[in-house]
Amino acid sequence: MKIRTFAAAAAIAALAVTATGCSGGTTNSGSTGGSGTTLTYWASNQGTSLENDKEVLTPELKKFQDETGIKVNLEVIGWNDLQTRIQTAVTSGQAPDVLNIGNTWAASLQSTGAFMPFDSAAFTAIGGKDKFVKTAMDTGGVPGQDPTSVPLYGLAYGLYYNKAMFKDAGLTPPTTWEEMVTDAKKLTTGSVHGMTLAAGSYTENSHFAFINAAQNGAEFFDASGKPTFTSDGVVNGIARYLDLMQTDKVVDPGNAQYDNGTKAINDFANGKAAMVLSQNNANSSIASQGMKDNQFGVVAFPAPAGGKDIATMVAGINMSIFKNTKNKDAALKFVKFMTSKDTQNTLDKSFAALPVLAGVTPTFTTDSALAKTFEDIYANKSKPLPLVSAEDQFESTVGKAMNQMFATVASGGTVSKADIKAALTTAQQAVEAAG
Amino acid sequence: MRETTGAKSFRIATIAILSIFTIVPIWVMVISGLKPLKDVQGAFSWWPKTLTIQPYIDMWQTVPLGNYFVNSVIVSSVATVLSLIIAIFASYAISRYNFRGRSVFSTTVLSTQMLPGVLFLLPLFLIFVNINTNFGVQLVGTRTGLIITYLTFSLPFSIWMLAGYFDGIPRELDEAAKVDGCGPMRALITVILPTARPGLVAVAIYSFMTSWGEVLFASVMTTDANRTLAVGLQLYSTQTNVYWNQIMAASVVVSIPIVIGFLLLQKNFVAGLTAGAVK
Amino acid sequence: MSATTTTRKSGAADKAARGGKRKTRKAGWWLPYALLAPAVVFELVIHVIPMATGIWMSFLKLTKMYISNWGNAPVTGLKNYQIALDFNSAIGAGLLKSFLITAAFTILVVGISWGLGMAAAVALQKSFFGRGFFRTLFLIPYALPMYAGVIAWKFMLQKDNGAINHFFFDNLGLPGARPFWLIGDNAFWAVVIVAIWRLWPFAFLMLMAGLQSIPNDVYEASAVDGAKPLRQWSSITLPMLRPVNMVLLLVMFLWTFNDFNTPFVLFGGSQPPAGDLISFHIYNASFLTWNFGSGAAMSVLLLLFLLIVSGIYLLFMNRRKDRA
Repeated sequence: MKIRTFAAAAAIAALAVTATGCSGGTTNSGSTGGSGTTLTYWASNQGTSLENDKEVLTPELKKFQDETGIKVNLEVIGWNDLQTRIQTAVTSGQAPDVLNIGNTWAASLQSTGAFMPFDSAAFTAIGGKDKFVKTAMDTGGVPGQDPTSVPLYGLAYGLYYNKAMFKDAGLTPPTTWEEMVTDAKKLTTGSVHGMTLAAGSYTENSHFAFINAAQNGAEFFDASGKPTFTSDGVVNGIARYLDLMQTDKVVDPGNAQYDNGTKAINDFANGKAAMVLSQNNANSSIASQGMKDNQFGVVAFPAPAGGKDIATMVAGINMSIFKNTKNKDAALKFVKFMTSKDTQNTLDKSFAALPVLAGVTPTFTTDSALAKTFEDIYANKSKPLPLVSAEDQFESTVGKAMNQMFATVASGGTVSKADIKAALTTAQQAVEAAG
Repeated sequence: MRETTGAKSFRIATIAILSIFTIVPIWVMVISGLKPLKDVQGAFSWWPKTLTIQPYIDMWQTVPLGNYFVNSVIVSSVATVLSLIIAIFASYAISRYNFRGRSVFSTTVLSTQMLPGVLFLLPLFLIFVNINTNFGVQLVGTRTGLIITYLTFSLPFSIWMLAGYFDGIPRELDEAAKVDGCGPMRALITVILPTARPGLVAVAIYSFMTSWGEVLFASVMTTDANRTLAVGLQLYSTQTNVYWNQIMAASVVVSIPIVIGFLLLQKNFVAGLTAGAVK
Repeated sequence: MSATTTTRKSGAADKAARGGKRKTRKAGWWLPYALLAPAVVFELVIHVIPMATGIWMSFLKLTKMYISNWGNAPVTGLKNYQIALDFNSAIGAGLLKSFLITAAFTILVVGISWGLGMAAAVALQKSFFGRGFFRTLFLIPYALPMYAGVIAWKFMLQKDNGAINHFFFDNLGLPGARPFWLIGDNAFWAVVIVAIWRLWPFAFLMLMAGLQSIPNDVYEASAVDGAKPLRQWSSITLPMLRPVNMVLLLVMFLWTFNDFNTPFVLFGGSQPPAGDLISFHIYNASFLTWNFGSGAAMSVLLLLFLLIVSGIYLLFMNRRKDRA
């Protein structure tokens, strides 16, 4: 009697487990070979929502399946989760076949050894290394090694300005840092500010720490990959950027809590700021706030007089293949398809991305002047973020230190160059200890 | 019994202050879910300038909230039922038997409450992957994996609370049942469980809420296929926009079932706590 | 705790009854183990084995070079612990600061939550019109899914468009500049307030349940003796609630010290140093820098600290109980 009751209860429990056991999805399934293969693909969030990304990508994946018979299981992953998901995938080996990465992570992820290096055979399979713009290809991984990622979408920072405000103030778009500050000061009146920054976002902050330092000719890592965060060029570059809020007062202190770029873009689109620094995929966000394409213009983020003419780091999204994929050939076919001219044209348009293929006309905007500006910035005024394995730590330590400095400034404190140097010393120690 | 004026003013002041403290965020949540996006991005107002239910419509498009809802309901319900069954057995053993290893078990189970989640997040993920490789049971990215995780999270508190509750049920009751020829399992099911209903409800509510609100493990263990509401709500801040009004609307929607359920059962919950944990 | 003490008694009863029923007992010796088996299996898989793995990780150099192949990760012995405890280095100093912030956070949150919960439980002890309504209302923050409540607070605590600053500066017309709540030093108070908002209803719930088990005639008797409400509270309510408080404070302490969700949802990816609670700090130390060995070592240190504090607490409480 008692055994039977117990067995019954256990059976119920077991049944409940198995009943749910078949639910949910599976990853990384399928056999090798062409037709009938299924690939798993993790795409990063590029559009207005995850659903929007799916809508854009699904027809392309369908086309790929029609051409090759290979089915692609798509999962779009938000930026909040992407890094953790990649980490757990790397750690456990339970991974998708193909995935998107922020191209600034390329060198860091390469050092995990979990991704397939693109050797010459692999490059041949996807249509040759030369089909990519060199600037974009440079972000593929550590120089001198076979890259573990290839460019998919190109992005670059530009200085967006409000045409009407500039016209009313009798100003022309700035060509040097000094002009930019002067203009911004003139445009700062009442509740309107000359500029708006995502000063609470550590990724944006680390990007601009890099760009401003690069304008001073300074590097965050030396040739042997050791951090050199505390050089004068770096400190002065960060100070210059920080001073937009601290001494020039052309940035609303409230920006210190803008923890992603969209908040700054909203301010710009709603006429609360005359200029914003943003990547070229901002157009759809600006439009969604009701600002029309002909109401704003873009110029390169200007360097100070005598500085190096670097206006952006090479931003964008790369594609990687997991080393332990069982479908290497199919994965390569898929990468080839995604980086083919036709697919690129369609996707660049939907996601407002710059072409990563050589000799291709940009489709992200119908405004040819705008397209030209960004193409020029991307090809001629860009520099890749440090291509070292500690790049991710650079972004988090330096970026967070800058968050904190902006917070201090915004709540009425002052940040001197000595303070900046001290903060950078701490950041450098953290990077050294982790290495 | 008459109340002194001091006691009365204390009571009124306490209730007034705590009511405001409690209500304000809820009010903000409800009211912001009824505003257009432009308004929630601008200066705050206690009452919407434009009242709209659009966020409640749009939110299903921005994020597949419906799927996440289904996932959350399935994961939380199954985890609760299993956790309850397992806790009943374990608590019964602890309460009614004196066996070797009992105190070791109790101490271990309770001390898991001290574990920082970060410590075993990555190892747990690895174990799940290994189970998949060796036994072919897919746990990462499935509801089953989440269910197993969550049911264990609520086990320690549940066992401890139920054991306390069972202790409060006179042993004469099950002894009498045994005299009537019932085995211990039969005694548990026919005698103890009906008496322990408030305790069971309390444990069930606790388990359900634990699963429904968990964020850290869900953010690593879920994929598109099994994503729960807790993680899904974060997806309203996307690459191009932060849809505050839809976040608030979705928060209201995900809160309603659990709040109503909790409030309906709160008498049981309090009774369960009184007899079990609090005694 | 209460479970253990009472079971000890029933255990004694078992032994007393042993003589007569020897045969049945022997036949069913495996039953308690069978009953425990499912719980043990799940605890092993989800808690114990991962914890052991985590402790093992803390002795490895588990950076991103080795993460995809654990077998090759070099054993570094206590190096991760040395780094975490070297308070002159950036990492050790960061951990110490985070620990101190968390300690202050925990004391404030547990203390105030307990105080509010007690005040509300006492205020709602006697029945009056509307009592049920307020009891229900007070429980809502506890019933609300945690991220929904915290997200609402995050929305309210924005500087320019948030409800809190709107209330103080637009509605009340306070002079001066609007403060930040989510960055800078105020972030500490922000996370404290949000954590209290979530936790105090739990204290209220437990204390209310505890109060219900105090018979009413105890109060009536003391009222006849002329005891004032405050005196009644300190001489009757508080001592009677001792067992509840003992458990309640411990549980709230552990939950609050380990709180990850509140700062995670409130601050998102870029937490301000003033709100750098230790769980979140460790999470960032492991996942942001890919140094899982170091993160594991910090977690183990945290676990040891909590074990020691809880152990001393329980020892102290039990001794006082024995003496009383």
